[in-house]
Amino acid sequence: MKADTLKTPMSNSELTPKWERFTLGERTARYMVYLVIIMSFLASLRTVEIIPEFLLDAPEQMADLFSRMWPMDFASYPTTIHGAMLDTLHIATLGTLLSLILAIPLALMNARNIVKSPWLNWIAKFFLVASRSVNSLVWALLFVAVFGPGVLAGVLAVALRSVGFVGKLFSEALEEVNMGSVEAIRATGASFTSVLIKAYWPQAKPAFFSILLFRWDINVRESAVLGLVGAGGIGVVLNNAMNLFQWPKVAMVLTTIFIVVLLIEYIVVQVRKRLM
Amino acid sequence: MATVVDRKHPFKTSLSSKFLWLGLFAYLAYAFSTLDIGWNRFVLGLDQGARLVDRLFPPNFARWELLLSDLIESLQIAIIASVLGIVISLFVGLMAARNLMPNAISIPVRVFIALCRTFHPVIIAILFVKAVGFGAMAGILTLTVASIGFVAKLFAEAIEEISFKQVEAIRATGAGFISTIVFAVIPQVFSRFIGFSIYQLDSNLRNSTMIGIVGAGGLGGTLFSAFQRFDYDFVTAILMAIIALILVGEALSNLVRRIFQ
Repeated sequence: MKADTLKTPMSNSELTPKWERFTLGERTARYMVYLVIIMSFLASLRTVEIIPEFLLDAPEQMADLFSRMWPMDFASYPTTIHGAMLDTLHIATLGTLLSLILAIPLALMNARNIVKSPWLNWIAKFFLVASRSVNSLVWALLFVAVFGPGVLAGVLAVALRSVGFVGKLFSEALEEVNMGSVEAIRATGASFTSVLIKAYWPQAKPAFFSILLFRWDINVRESAVLGLVGAGGIGVVLNNAMNLFQWPKVAMVLTTIFIVVLLIEYIVVQVRKRLM
Repeated sequence: MATVVDRKHPFKTSLSSKFLWLGLFAYLAYAFSTLDIGWNRFVLGLDQGARLVDRLFPPNFARWELLLSDLIESLQIAIIASVLGIVISLFVGLMAARNLMPNAISIPVRVFIALCRTFHPVIIAILFVKAVGFGAMAGILTLTVASIGFVAKLFAEAIEEISFKQVEAIRATGAGFISTIVFAVIPQVFSRFIGFSIYQLDSNLRNSTMIGIVGAGGLGGTLFSAFQRFDYDFVTAILMAIIALILVGEALSNLVRRIFQ
């Protein structure tokens, strides 16, 4: 037979095993993940409460919504929206600033190449994670309950939500610094603060400003909705307009938020270009 | 002519950057002054805060059935929205990649992605609640839109960074457009796509507990009404449930990330 003549005791394919990108175990694990995702998706789809009549009605409702929104209530911009939007920007900026005051010590404490004690690292990490796990709207609800409705609750909510974000990223930037210059400055007998200012800071500075800008951008978006739970800014105007069914005003508020968010994004991109 | 070297300040800050800083501080002072943040109010609040903390504890799990059903609804919203959003992002991201698509397609798609990204999920939720009524459906649509805004944008950027040699190699074999995408583009960006998707699943889980505040289903609605009824011990129970959900989600996403590395 032909196959017999071809068969050699040690064929090339037996010597070098067939190339595989992933091992059997890896592939099984991946397929398990896909399977679990598909199954949980189907299970959720079957059990979630959806009222089909509402869904069929949706295009009509949307058309109704937009017809009520148009024309927008331009007259309300100078009277109420402008001031509230400025408040929102102030909330975002001051919140970011306050978060910085809290985040820098925590970031230093969390960076393992600055503070050697694992206990202190863990304490800092706990605060950073706790701050990040709670959404800014929940922070706002808590602070509205404590300080009453208004801008102060908004500033504190933005600040406490941002601490985790800024602190985590800044401490990661600190951990990535080149330890050579740190050791060099330490070898001159410099104090702890001098080492921080002259060795760590210059290396972490670009990352620091970029994190700060990034968070400020996010905070402007977030502070726009904090008013829905009473924490001041444009959200309060939006909430009132919605409760009174003043859809033209709602449209004006949404347009204002849209334009401001785009502007902020543009500014952040420009400033980042200069900094880098 | 010898130039004078200022040895004390070898890297002098430029005048314009000084003015920039000055302007920034002036703005901060102005912002602080316009907001009605008095020290009195803060001190008064601290007193109130102590009372609040007192009422927050111990957490009250008496209505655990409501809590559990809401928790499951949040989970369902997050899962469905993530799967839909990620699958849609796969196509939208491909269409937004400027190195694969002509401008006629990529520009409108990019505008669409930007629109999805600009608004906070809560604002999108308000619109969807009006469109499809209160409940889980509005939440699902909201988070799907939010997922497209994030995953499709990053996916398109990842595709724009691929090496084109493999695309050319596959094209040279006479492969069609679909084959080129499947065998040359996707393998280069797949692991990053998985990374974005896991991140988005995590963030959808967080947001699904939140959009209920405007009526889009999940735990948020119960949380908000518990706050409004000063039912603070139930609030603590809900918050603990949310944090537990997020921690479990984070552990699972770390597991999946390790599998796909």
